[in-house]
Amino acid sequence: MDLNYSAADLQWRDEVRRFLDASLPADTRGRLLEGLPAGVEDIRRWQRTLYAHGWGAVAWPERFGGLGLSKVRQHLFELECATAGAPPQLPFGLKMLGPVLMQFGNPTQQQYFLPRILSGEHWWCQGYSEPGAGSDLASLKTRAVLDGEHYVVNGQKAWNTLGQHADWMFCLVRTDAAAKPQRGISFLLIDMRSPGISVRPTKLLDGTPEVNEIWFENVRVPVAQRVGEENQGWTYAKFLLEHERTSIAGVGVARRAMAHLRRVAAVHSQGGRAMIEDPLFRARVAQLDIELTALEITNLRMISQEASKTAPTPDASILKIRGSQIQQAISELLLETIGIRALPFAELPAQAPASPALPGPVHAAGLTANYLNLRKLSIFGGSNEIQKNIIAHMLLDS
Amino acid sequence: MDFSFSDEQGMLMDAARRLVTDQYGRDGARQRAATADGYSRATWSEFARLGLLALNVPEEHGGLDAGPIGTLAVCFVLGEALVVEPFLSSAVLATLAIARLGSPEQRLQWLPRLAAGEAIAVLAHEEGDGGPVATAVRTVAVADGGEWVLDGCKSVVYHAPAADLLLVTARIDAPTGAQTALFAVPPDAAGVALQPYVTVDGQRAADISLHQLRLPSSARMGAEVGADLQAVLDQGLAALCAETLGALERLMRMTLDYTRERVQFGVPIARFQALQHRMAEMATHLEFARSMTYLAASQCVAGEPAGRAAALSAAKVIVGQAARFVGQQAVQLHGGMGVADEYGVSHYFKRLLAAECRFGATAWHLTRYAGTL
Repeated sequence: MDLNYSAADLQWRDEVRRFLDASLPADTRGRLLEGLPAGVEDIRRWQRTLYAHGWGAVAWPERFGGLGLSKVRQHLFELECATAGAPPQLPFGLKMLGPVLMQFGNPTQQQYFLPRILSGEHWWCQGYSEPGAGSDLASLKTRAVLDGEHYVVNGQKAWNTLGQHADWMFCLVRTDAAAKPQRGISFLLIDMRSPGISVRPTKLLDGTPEVNEIWFENVRVPVAQRVGEENQGWTYAKFLLEHERTSIAGVGVARRAMAHLRRVAAVHSQGGRAMIEDPLFRARVAQLDIELTALEITNLRMISQEASKTAPTPDASILKIRGSQIQQAISELLLETIGIRALPFAELPAQAPASPALPGPVHAAGLTANYLNLRKLSIFGGSNEIQKNIIAHMLLDS
Repeated sequence: MDFSFSDEQGMLMDAARRLVTDQYGRDGARQRAATADGYSRATWSEFARLGLLALNVPEEHGGLDAGPIGTLAVCFVLGEALVVEPFLSSAVLATLAIARLGSPEQRLQWLPRLAAGEAIAVLAHEEGDGGPVATAVRTVAVADGGEWVLDGCKSVVYHAPAADLLLVTARIDAPTGAQTALFAVPPDAAGVALQPYVTVDGQRAADISLHQLRLPSSARMGAEVGADLQAVLDQGLAALCAETLGALERLMRMTLDYTRERVQFGVPIARFQALQHRMAEMATHLEFARSMTYLAASQCVAGEPAGRAAALSAAKVIVGQAARFVGQQAVQLHGGMGVADEYGVSHYFKRLLAAECRFGATAWHLTRYAGTL
């Protein structure tokens, strides 16, 4: 047992730091370190920058253009990027679809799509949830009916993240209505410019149009864009969920938020002293900082032991629950730091150069929107209640 | 980055498991708690026979020198069974203190006897109003002729009633500033008064008052002992976390088993989602406690002192809060069986309560950590 990074791991970390110092645009960095969200253009530009450096997908195997990094180095990469103020890399292509294509896609699909995910040329979105299928995803109703060399897709997807910018969607559709719910689902790749698709952005409670409703009306999808076998889509969807683990805890983003909290609490006063000097408030920050350390060590322990696992574990669910709770708690403390200055509110523009123009201290802008926005963390990707079901079933059935 | 135990550490765990299986039945801890000594001398001899008391004895004295991770491995297993023999007190804390601070004569005099189970030693340091900090000592030692004279009180010294040797810390107010000193004290020396009692977790402890205790100069161990003593206290805290983790893990298992077996409304109560979610939360606390226990031991191997103090406080907070949550919920989910003294859950509950309070309670460590922000 040795919980220190190896010398080679630290060398990698230093290399990442040098790269970030040289290549992360100052405007993006400033915006994210102030607790503001990355804009769409920040995300696009950053993926291009990473790709140009050969780091478009550090986790991917080398034969697909990645670095084949160990889990620990992937963790370090994401930690360093997040704490430096780099935008997130979109997970839909890199972390979700990519591994599915590598495992189940045919060579044509791999050769066409993987390089375009890597370069950022294709923005992918996920077509899973529907108005009647959220936690109970297998009850989805969007239909795909075979017609010669095409599927004809009809139905509606909901809570689709950032699909208004997407070029492609990987989508779960029902291809056998008679089979048991999990058995009749197929996994299709759909060009978002196909006739018959309409996209309606929906504002979240912070005012940002982060999710969409998407309708399919007789959308024709070539059979060649089905991944794997017909009616086996649920298997691929589960594979996808099980392989997005390294960053599910969100340690890097939480570390950035914690640093932000400490900066804001050091400059914002209530009752004549900086909030961080208030012993009660400071103890609450300390509690969260400790929990964040426990999350990080747990994350490292679980990814380090992943290779030697012989049976499924509730690890990913534990990381998801605690990671989301800690990020939400940091956003709550940030709000409490500024007291009544939390109330002047402006929706954040999709790509702002700076904070929204509001009276009051600059550091207060965006904190409320951030708090509102992060309510999603305990809901998406399998709500925390679903995660507890998963944990309990694994504990009780073993 | 490596979270696994080595083969040697695995063998230590196996040895501890054999001992626990042979010596502790379902009720081993409670049977021992009901005896006058509060532990079993026969079991203590088994500890020695299996080599476990040599765990922290340096190799040049014939010991295993197994280090903080080896200690973690053994203490985890002992915690699972709520072992009450003075392992943490004598084979971890006192043995480490003598190994690090004793003169060659003192080491030769005591380490073989401790390893053989022929003597028990305890470290009498904390005074009841602080955490496990080497410099937090109000007991004073004053030089008088060729002797030292000690006055002060030590609080809740686990296993002191069984001890053949007390290792007592005291402050020496020198012109250059206060020093922390360590003294080897025979428990029956004039000027030493033990007030023994049973602790809430059924173990034996004592408050110790020292009144005009006169000691020869040879009783002093080392000189200024602050840094070494701190390292010993830190290892003790890490070992307590490991014991606690073992108890937490066993209690989690007991709760899962009980809810699977207990039938109400015609179904095992484990089918109820309210209980399932509670157990998922317990498991989450347990996994955080496991991570931080590993971190604590790892810091004792390699951490520099300032970072080590923060990491140990973080670990104690997480382990203490896990002890509180898992303990309370285990009692709750066992219902009436949880509050019955004759059923095992209450014993785990009380051991976890003790763990929360020892080596600095949760609030103390949270405050210390907050000071490092």
